[in-house]
Amino acid sequence: MEVLQVVGFALVVTVILVVLRHQRPDMAVMLSLAAAAVILFFLVERIWQAIDLLQDLASRAGVRDSYVQILLRVMAIAYLAELGSQVCRDAGEGAMATKVEMAGKLLILILAIPIVRALADAILAAIPLATR
Amino acid sequence: MNVELIFKIAGVGILVSVLYTVLKQAGKEEQGQLVALAGVVIVLMMVIQLVVRLFETVRTMFRL
Repeated sequence: MEVLQVVGFALVVTVILVVLRHQRPDMAVMLSLAAAAVILFFLVERIWQAIDLLQDLASRAGVRDSYVQILLRVMAIAYLAELGSQVCRDAGEGAMATKVEMAGKLLILILAIPIVRALADAILAAIPLATR
Repeated sequence: MNVELIFKIAGVGILVSVLYTVLKQAGKEEQGQLVALAGVVIVLMMVIQLVVRLFETVRTMFRL
């Protein structure tokens, strides 16, 4: 049961964090960041399995590989931006967190440009009245 | 799961806070500040290595 390990680990880290945050808030921030990294390393193999499943389904459905790549990149950006903004917000720097989130959203939008273009092309091709 | 690292960071944090309190009680506030700074730098080194590994993992995982 891997979930037991993750939950137990998170509970231990939470207790340490509560003790530490009173005395040294700077250490608490770094400890929570380290705990996030450790939990991700623990889940790496499972994430690989999920990505394999996604790619398998996409190739069976005949989705173009470049689109799947874009999807994976969007997932990575979303995860990293969420991690960064949560660490910033944890440290009490809400303004920094908002900026990180804004950067993440903007970069995701830029990555999605080819898909949006393809969608617009498909819509324009489907509507015969649309002016070319 | 790398629990030792978490305990290491927590241990450094608690040790630094205790040392800071002792030095402050002894009237050596400047040394206390330096100890706190040194502790933060040590922990930051460990955490930065971990974060670099995290970024590398995410990069290989999502083929960035």
